[in-house]
Amino acid sequence: MRHFITLLRNEIWKLLISPSTYIAAFLFLLVMGFLFQLILLEYASDPKEENPSITFFQLFFIPVFFMVPLLTMKSIAEERATGTIETLMTTPVTATEVILSKFCAGYLYYSLLWMFTGSFHILFYSFVQEDSLIDPYPIFGGYAYVAISGGLFLSLGIFASTLTRSQLIAGIVSFSLVFGFIVVGSFLDEMALPWIDQPRWVEILANHTDVLQHMRDFSSGIIDTRAIVLYASCSLAFLFLSILILEYREGGC
Amino acid sequence: MDQKEYTIEVENLCKSFGKLEAVAGISFRVEKGQIFGFLGPNGAGKSTTMRILTGYTQATSGIARICGFPVASEPHDIKRRIGYMPENNPLPLELRVCEYLKWRARLKELPLRHRSKRVDEVMELCDLTRARDRIIGKLSKGFRQRVGIADAILAHPEVIIMDEPTIGLDPHQVIMIRDLIASLRGKMSVIISSHILPEIEMTCDQVIIINGGKIVGKGTPNELRETFIDSTIYELEINGDLKDLLESLKNVASNLEVAQHTEADERGFSRVTIRIPGRHDYGEKLFSCLSNNPLIRTKSLRMREAPLEDVFLAATRRSWETLDTDLTKEPESIASKTKEKKVSTPVQQ
Repeated sequence: MRHFITLLRNEIWKLLISPSTYIAAFLFLLVMGFLFQLILLEYASDPKEENPSITFFQLFFIPVFFMVPLLTMKSIAEERATGTIETLMTTPVTATEVILSKFCAGYLYYSLLWMFTGSFHILFYSFVQEDSLIDPYPIFGGYAYVAISGGLFLSLGIFASTLTRSQLIAGIVSFSLVFGFIVVGSFLDEMALPWIDQPRWVEILANHTDVLQHMRDFSSGIIDTRAIVLYASCSLAFLFLSILILEYREGGC
Repeated sequence: MDQKEYTIEVENLCKSFGKLEAVAGISFRVEKGQIFGFLGPNGAGKSTTMRILTGYTQATSGIARICGFPVASEPHDIKRRIGYMPENNPLPLELRVCEYLKWRARLKELPLRHRSKRVDEVMELCDLTRARDRIIGKLSKGFRQRVGIADAILAHPEVIIMDEPTIGLDPHQVIMIRDLIASLRGKMSVIISSHILPEIEMTCDQVIIINGGKIVGKGTPNELRETFIDSTIYELEINGDLKDLLESLKNVASNLEVAQHTEADERGFSRVTIRIPGRHDYGEKLFSCLSNNPLIRTKSLRMREAPLEDVFLAATRRSWETLDTDLTKEPESIASKTKEKKVSTPVQQ
């Protein structure tokens, strides 16, 4: 792993000098700011007991659907299309170092974008009435969930990018995998055919894969270790698969 | 006993892509410090062989060794010993020349204390100093080629593999790169492939010609000429009739033929190329014959070495003729194989 830092620095540098990084960040914050404003307007017209931060985090999947494919689709597919993967993989670097550097650079950027949304909550609490009960735990829980799930979503994106040399196909596969994990995972128990009895194992599986429920739990302050194990193990599995594919196709070792 | 030290050894190397046999059992060895040229038409298997040598592609069978290390089982060791410039010279277009080379120096494990000095050195060698702070994507093709070459020689590798290094360069840059490659002779083993045949001829100590995944010619440019060229060519500048010339030269060789001739210039001299089957020195006989003929005035006579282009064409034509002969012998079994080869070989390049 001696080249990991060199590769990571290069990936971060490439992100910093690319205008698309700043355009994507601007669009992300615009969408998130717009959503937060809509939530506040909704609360102003119809007060609710639930903290607006919890509602905000429950919409986390909206930016995930477009940010994850945008961030990861070019990681390996672009290198393969331009041929730079050939010059990279004929130096003493390993496929593990390449995949992990790309994943970590993407993850740092993804985390940074979400950190910027913290300013929404700061602004919000600086303007609420002084006697309002400020509960920071849903915010911490929400960000913890974003950090844990982000690892999985980005590893899905990197995996999609290792499959092809076309960025477009990588983006579509990445979107499909993330969409599948969030939507299918959350509504697995409702997808059985009505005239067939729901097998018990589907119900158990659905309890584990309910992404929206995980977010509700985390943003309510319930840190469920089963969810952490699920996200961490799936992230590692997809990163491992990405390494295997890169080794197989590009002769890394 | 063989005392020569070989940095590249290839034994019976094969690579198949599905039913297509891109490399079909090639073997060669490259001595330490030698410059080795790969010639072959598109789809011959040159790039695939080079990729196998770098460890980027795995061979289906056979052995490739770099500095004694088998490429298949110890790819990490060989990657520390090679500098590779692939076909089309892919580069990250968003980085500056200096940034890119420094990053590559770190990846290639150049010691920190030598890194900046070596980057400056290769930039100087490849005439990149004035472009050091320019973005690669905004450089001309010639500059980009030189960035690729600078990267290949950056870490003092024992073996340099360059796939078409002079493509897209202007004549000044070609001479510069040729001199640069020649300066590596004796220090590093260099494998280059090129379609520019005079380049290969001027630069390389040994040449192999590949066609259809097989070696069809191997040796020094002169050895290849002797193998594939079975005629002697002379160029003459004469003032006189072509018929008289032929009549007079029949005494030298009865099967002599005029390969080419130009129109007479304002002084009445035309340039004539004659070909005589077989490789002999007819210079003295030609001189005496021409001087004895009062109808012909001779301005110059010189023997012309067959260009490598003729060798290349002869070698590849012979390999296709062999295939055609095989086809007539075994029409059913080989026909399908050859057709696949002819149709699909360009895909691998």
